Amino acid sequence: MSKNNSKFFAPTCVPRRHFVKGTLAGSIAIGMGNLGTAFSQEHVSSTKANTLTGNEFDLTVSETSVNFTGNVRTATTINGSIPAPTLVWREGETVTIRVTNRLSVSTSIHWHGIILPYQMDGVPGISYPGIAPGETFTYRFKVQQAGTYWYHSHTGFQEMTGMYGSIIIQPKAGEKITTDQDMVVQLSDWTDENPMSVFAHLKQQSDYYNYNQPTARDFFNDVSRYGIGKAVAMRKMWNEMRMSPTDLADVSATTFTFLMNGQTPNGNWTGVFKPGETLRLRFINGSSNTFFDVRIPGLKLKVVSADGQDVEPVSVDEFRFGPGETYDVVVKPTDDAHSIFAQSMDRTGYTRGTLAVQQGLIAEVPVVDKPVWLAMKDMMGNMAQGDDMSGMDLGSMPIDHSAMGHGAKSMDHSQHAMNNSPLAIPSQTVNHARSEYGPSVDSRVEMPRTNLDDPGIGLRNNGRRVLTLADLHTLGGPFDPRLPEREVELHLTGNMERYTWSFDGLEFGKSTPVHFRHGERVRVILQNDTMMTHPMHLHGVWSDLENDKGEFMARRHTIPVQPAQRISFLVTADALGRWAWHCHLLFHMDAGMFREVVIS
Amino acid sequence: MIKNSVIASVLCMYSLAALAQQHVHTESADETPTPQNTMSGMDSMQGMDHSKMQQNNVEKADMSKDKSAMSGMDAMQGMEHSKMQQKDAAEADMPMDKDTMSGMDSVQGVDMSKTPPLDARDPHAYSDGLTLDSGAFALPGPRQLKMADEHAFWAVTFNRFEYADGLSSSVGSVSQYDAQAWYGNSYERLVIKAEGELTDNKLAESETQILWGHAFSTFWDSQIGLRFDSSEGPSRQWLTLGVQGLAPYWFEVDTSLSVGPEGRTAFNLEAEYELLITQRLILQPRFIVSAFGKDDSENGVGKGLSLLTTGIRLRYEFSRQFAPYLGVEWTGKYGNTADFAKLEGRATRQTQWVAGIRFWF
Repeated sequence: MSKNNSKFFAPTCVPRRHFVKGTLAGSIAIGMGNLGTAFSQEHVSSTKANTLTGNEFDLTVSETSVNFTGNVRTATTINGSIPAPTLVWREGETVTIRVTNRLSVSTSIHWHGIILPYQMDGVPGISYPGIAPGETFTYRFKVQQAGTYWYHSHTGFQEMTGMYGSIIIQPKAGEKITTDQDMVVQLSDWTDENPMSVFAHLKQQSDYYNYNQPTARDFFNDVSRYGIGKAVAMRKMWNEMRMSPTDLADVSATTFTFLMNGQTPNGNWTGVFKPGETLRLRFINGSSNTFFDVRIPGLKLKVVSADGQDVEPVSVDEFRFGPGETYDVVVKPTDDAHSIFAQSMDRTGYTRGTLAVQQGLIAEVPVVDKPVWLAMKDMMGNMAQGDDMSGMDLGSMPIDHSAMGHGAKSMDHSQHAMNNSPLAIPSQTVNHARSEYGPSVDSRVEMPRTNLDDPGIGLRNNGRRVLTLADLHTLGGPFDPRLPEREVELHLTGNMERYTWSFDGLEFGKSTPVHFRHGERVRVILQNDTMMTHPMHLHGVWSDLENDKGEFMARRHTIPVQPAQRISFLVTADALGRWAWHCHLLFHMDAGMFREVVIS
Repeated sequence: MIKNSVIASVLCMYSLAALAQQHVHTESADETPTPQNTMSGMDSMQGMDHSKMQQNNVEKADMSKDKSAMSGMDAMQGMEHSKMQQKDAAEADMPMDKDTMSGMDSVQGVDMSKTPPLDARDPHAYSDGLTLDSGAFALPGPRQLKMADEHAFWAVTFNRFEYADGLSSSVGSVSQYDAQAWYGNSYERLVIKAEGELTDNKLAESETQILWGHAFSTFWDSQIGLRFDSSEGPSRQWLTLGVQGLAPYWFEVDTSLSVGPEGRTAFNLEAEYELLITQRLILQPRFIVSAFGKDDSENGVGKGLSLLTTGIRLRYEFSRQFAPYLGVEWTGKYGNTADFAKLEGRATRQTQWVAGIRFWF
């Protein structure tokens, strides 16, 4: 491709590698007659056209033919589209949603992040039996919150094959964040393979989709760059522990095509604005297995909300989010077109869309960053502080804290300094479970890191201001100011070689529920003993993320826990019932990193 | 010359340890600690001794002893171990308190011990007696939610499916296969191993095993079952105990001790390594040793060290599941086995070119 210095160039210049970037336009081939149409133009590219508003909704789950890569595949869809229609609710109102199953197998819909009675939560086998073929299930609950959320199937891999959509809840008291336009940007991943085949591949060979593994060539390059000693040392621990420093994602763009609002990178979803407008972009990671690093080159992203909860605005260049998380950002475009660029954490692919003053304009799309080896601190937490045997990530420790919300922190300090309760500060003592000593676990971290200001692997010192958990401060503080009465510590565990994932070394089938006493305020400590980041989603109640000093940070429904990191959050157990608690990477969840929580 | 008895006794030791392991721990799937001696046996096989390395964190130890046991890249790494560790330790300013470290058996902050400490947390402590299908708010009837941890997976791998031809005219061409299939969950599996040689389109030699594989530690499975050998002479049946897994530095190891009627014993050790030249071009060295406890003249195998095979194959992975390769393999017969071969006028050393496909489904 010739170097084009002008900001805009014709879309035909975009190289078309179908598998990674997808087909130019088509995705949903509506109706059986269009089965053979490889490039159907019928897809709805504006989210507004696909929005349902009100108190009563009828959703139909069925099979739909789609084409994202040049191959026609069968997707499971809600109302025939990917993503599913955006549902717009109003805080304080009661919504009724009738979901009809037109599949030949059972289905379900879970309202992700929504506070509701457990029977309405939509997890088959926990909340209810699921929705049988031909059956209509009626969800009815009072909407008690506002913000950006999403919904998806909680049955098998149906979410991965197309069953996801957005939810926007308008605040009862009126919108405090005023912008000229409001757009949903939902990211997802698509594979032409049967998800169960993908799982079976990982079970046989867990690095099946990883084509960024250390090679002999890399070794000799490192020898000439760093010398033999350093090159060997970089590999020593990994080789001894039989772990890969490039295990950044289980499933890569080798099979995934990444989507933005259901459009492939070549499809180029476009949000049209008028010059001078400010836009609220509601980013939702509705992918099955992909962390995305999102940025809009040339624009600052003012993050105003996390998981639907308004936060003290913080301006960043980039943010990372995992499956299940949502961030609302406010931007003010300065040019006629800006790329929304979301690269996968493993740097194998990306999706993109465009904010433009008219359809058809595009801006330069950045190149995908080079993958970075996991650092020693991703393996052993605080033991590695200052040390960096990977060499690829030198100087990653000094992270610039200057821009972070010190004001809010010091406020919280004083609040807690007066409290002498031993539970004011989360316990730092590592307690591995008995069941972590066995074939289900490949490592146990002895000195986890507890800092929240690490943007994570591949984002450290990349020259951009990247959002971290330490930047998030939910406006108004916690709903429940009580200190916790007790602590519950669980570890996130796995064995990459066997492709097993679990809490405390016990997969779901071997586990027992975690019991919260009704009404109690409890601290949950999650220590990640694995070398992957897990977006942990607790249904039914909020997870009040705190820092290692016990200071409240943000109200979340999905908290990403980085490798060798120990985080804690407080829960007010006010929602009776049985709830799911799991890693939102779908294959980790299905492999067994899943627990039931019972509040009684 | 390696003494058969030495090999047999070493193998015996950890095969039995693995077996004992099974009996003790089959009932509690949620806790399967491994005795230290089982693993250290495996580690020293690779010329690596973890306990020694941990000491290197603190004080510079003499690694020369280990060097001899290592080869190629490992020897290179072996040279650097002590220096690097010390350097990094100094840079990192890590707490080097021996008391805190030794109890944990940790390598720089990652706990690698195999047995839980006595005061390890009870993973069911938070359940207050609730189970997945009983207690408050449980759905009626048996548990409905089952995830992939309770799902059986399977795979069939043809690690070698090849045509081999001798470099000298005295050695004929043969077709060879080496396949392994498994069915089961993450920790308990039915394993079938099949290996054989075809000459003139007839099965000349084969070794087939049906095993129960049980995960006893992070990277190792014990395998117990039956082995059936067919050759020119009478077929042989064996009871087989084995250990298969991944050793430090990514060596795939598959070893077994077999016991048959009339006091026959057989020992096999196979080790493979995958050297990625690029993401798809992979060099795979392979080493096999087999030994027998008793002469079996009808099948041309003799007591003691019988066969040594070293091969190297270069494959190109068009996909993970399909990779053609070219390679060369050297085989030597030793002791009585060599004598039997000489009596029949067969070569005791041979070098073959191989061409084949590695595939799995």
